Amino acid sequence: MGASPAVAGVDPTSPSAAHAQLKKVKKQKVLLMGKSGSGKSSMRSIIFSNYLARDTRRLGATIDIDLSHVKFLGNLTLNLWDCGGQEAFMENYLSQQRAHVFSNVGVLIYVFDIESRDIERDLATYVNIISALVQYSRDAKVFVLIHKMDLIQPLMREEVFEHRAALVRRKTSEAVAIVHKQKPEQGSSGQQQQQQQQQPTSSPSPSSSTQLEPPISLQLFATSIWDQSLYKAWASIIHDLVPNLSVIETQLASLGLAIDADEILLFERTSFLVVSRWTSAEGEGNPYGDRFERMSNILKSWKHTCSKYTGTPRNAEQFSDFEYKMGATFSMFATKFTTNTYILVCMPPGEARFNSAKLNVAAARSWFKFLDGPVVSAQQVGGSGPGATMGVPSSYGADGAAGTHEN
Amino acid sequence: MTSASVEDGDVLADTSSGPSRPRPIRYISPAALNLHRVYEQNRQRLRKKDGAKVPDPTAPQTKGKPRLLLMGQRRSGKSSISSVVFHKLPPSETLFLESTARIQKDSLSSFMEFQVWDFPGQIDIFDNPNFTFDMDAIFGEIGALIWVIDAQDDYLEAVARLNTTILHLHRSYPHINIEVFIHKVDGLSDDYRLDIQRDVTIRIQDELSDQGIENAPVNFHLTSIYNHSIFEAFSKVIQKLIPRLGQLEAMLTNLCRTCRFEKAYLFDVNTKIYIATDNTPEDMASYEICSDYVDVIIDFTEVYGSWSRSEKWRERLEGEPWAQPLDEQVACEWAESGMVLADARRPIMLREVDRFLALVAIMKEGSYEKMPQINMNVDVVVKGLTDFFEITKSKEVSAGGPPGLASPGLS
Repeated sequence: MGASPAVAGVDPTSPSAAHAQLKKVKKQKVLLMGKSGSGKSSMRSIIFSNYLARDTRRLGATIDIDLSHVKFLGNLTLNLWDCGGQEAFMENYLSQQRAHVFSNVGVLIYVFDIESRDIERDLATYVNIISALVQYSRDAKVFVLIHKMDLIQPLMREEVFEHRAALVRRKTSEAVAIVHKQKPEQGSSGQQQQQQQQQPTSSPSPSSSTQLEPPISLQLFATSIWDQSLYKAWASIIHDLVPNLSVIETQLASLGLAIDADEILLFERTSFLVVSRWTSAEGEGNPYGDRFERMSNILKSWKHTCSKYTGTPRNAEQFSDFEYKMGATFSMFATKFTTNTYILVCMPPGEARFNSAKLNVAAARSWFKFLDGPVVSAQQVGGSGPGATMGVPSSYGADGAAGTHEN
Repeated sequence: MTSASVEDGDVLADTSSGPSRPRPIRYISPAALNLHRVYEQNRQRLRKKDGAKVPDPTAPQTKGKPRLLLMGQRRSGKSSISSVVFHKLPPSETLFLESTARIQKDSLSSFMEFQVWDFPGQIDIFDNPNFTFDMDAIFGEIGALIWVIDAQDDYLEAVARLNTTILHLHRSYPHINIEVFIHKVDGLSDDYRLDIQRDVTIRIQDELSDQGIENAPVNFHLTSIYNHSIFEAFSKVIQKLIPRLGQLEAMLTNLCRTCRFEKAYLFDVNTKIYIATDNTPEDMASYEICSDYVDVIIDFTEVYGSWSRSEKWRERLEGEPWAQPLDEQVACEWAESGMVLADARRPIMLREVDRFLALVAIMKEGSYEKMPQINMNVDVVVKGLTDFFEITKSKEVSAGGPPGLASPGLS
């Protein structure tokens, strides 16, 4: 997943800067594009509307642009533009609606259908989209999802993905190069070079490539709605969008140390995507590198089972507390944390340790109040000085809220 | 009969190649019910009833395990069923399964050890000009014959072949349970499913009564690998093979009454087949949620419990201020878990009984606060269950009822 954001230098004014940031609701324009039938609306429904994979068969084709506002963590709103992928619409986006669609884009998610018969044509459309994007929103991040990987035999998947990924990378660089050639006044050669030097470090891609990274931030994922790969891709996408990420991360770390946990995961309430996480040195020994998206997948399908059993709506809250003690191996619990989040804590065994950790997590809720939205955080922040940020009990040790996060 | 040793070799190879889930549980429990034992008891019971028909105990075959035979027309879904139920294959992946060319033997070491034989559908074992099958080797010790019928296909031929099979078997092995899975019903409407079930039932019973066979042990189940119905059907099949099932059920019923559980299941963790439940009416919804809960626990265990922590970690945890070995810091050496549902705060609890079995129960609203007392009761029942499996070793099952429960003061 993406690298943790750099913490800008700590200067005396930083706490107030962080607080100022807490107040505003961040809006992000997210474009979801790809050929018709490639699975855009299906994945959107699964992630944000708690559809089951098999229920997405009921979805019809998206006509024109389906706009939805997804409230994420209270202080981030995703403006999700689900763009119908039929060719007539595509041409329309690229011509008449070009400025409307492609300006101020935060993230473009482009979906390729791995089973598509006409790859050349898909790539041609993709190149056009990228050109338009570079023209109007040059800072936008691009995520390419090679979708429907479940249709490929498991042994072949990696090879097929690598092949397709290399192709997409090459096309992306070509598209960007063409735009720069056409509009030399927009990107002088010096700037361009600088960009090219910067980009490889700031856009970690899951697979290494000998090719020069395209001068826009591009990440590729192999996904399928039938397994957890979808959650991995979307967790990376939203990871970069969450405001105050460094605050969350430092506070999770101090909580983790205080309660002697092995791992803490923070989930968003409806999508159950991992917003942030902390792992102890011992927890890093866990051989399951894909455990975060796996947890999302497990809990989400569990939520679905509950909703079926209780007859409550899919998006409703389904469980409040969970605890699991696995003898002398480990203990874990998950609980509703703030209004918009659930927390999952995995820790060493021991009854006393477990119970005190539960109490401490409940006590730490107030640290994370700011996740619930700008109103709460404004009050919270107003009451506390730069020294004692957010009313953390001093016994919990150093609070890391002093770092700011440039965004 | 002499082929027994070869078979064993096959069986071993099969299990090692199959995708197996890491064992979530580390202890080797004395309660593991050895199938050989069960089989032996069944055989002795049978001998009492009709002496001559019991397979010869001295033959090498009898050291085998009770067997489930999966038969049916080709492409009816036999291999998919065994992959989904016994190898945890996601149902969507069964599209990639090749057609089975020879008898596929799977051996499962679960709470009961049993074998599942997947028969290629294209072979007619009763009428094969090239090769005569050793009937006794195939049917000699099977617990149940599962006949799979594709409900989305023309099933007349399948029913006809099933009839022939039943007629053949009834002559030599009348004790074999015949379980008909009317399969692939996920795409069909409820009414249509029942119509098919009625039609198949009538066709088979008519044919059998024409041949003068009444009350043949034939049961029907509507199944699909895309929901829990296949597990439910297998549960019913397996429960018929368990000796003294009534005793187990009585223990669970008693627990439910004392602790005011809505429903309790004793699950085989690896297959998610339930081997016993209390005597309240069958309820698919509670089976589903309990079975999914077992899944959640298995997954968590795999991710966080299947790798060993460092020695330093343990030393730190056992040092000051705890100053106790980790084993003594925990209340229960087996896995225990609880989850509170948001609506009406209805908890679900799970408690591991031994390496293979777990007790899962849905509790009454608002009883989460009483967890400590409930845990005490569950402890007693778990001990009773462990004793039960211990006792079934010998032929004498203690006549006493289920162990007494501590009064929980829940009323």
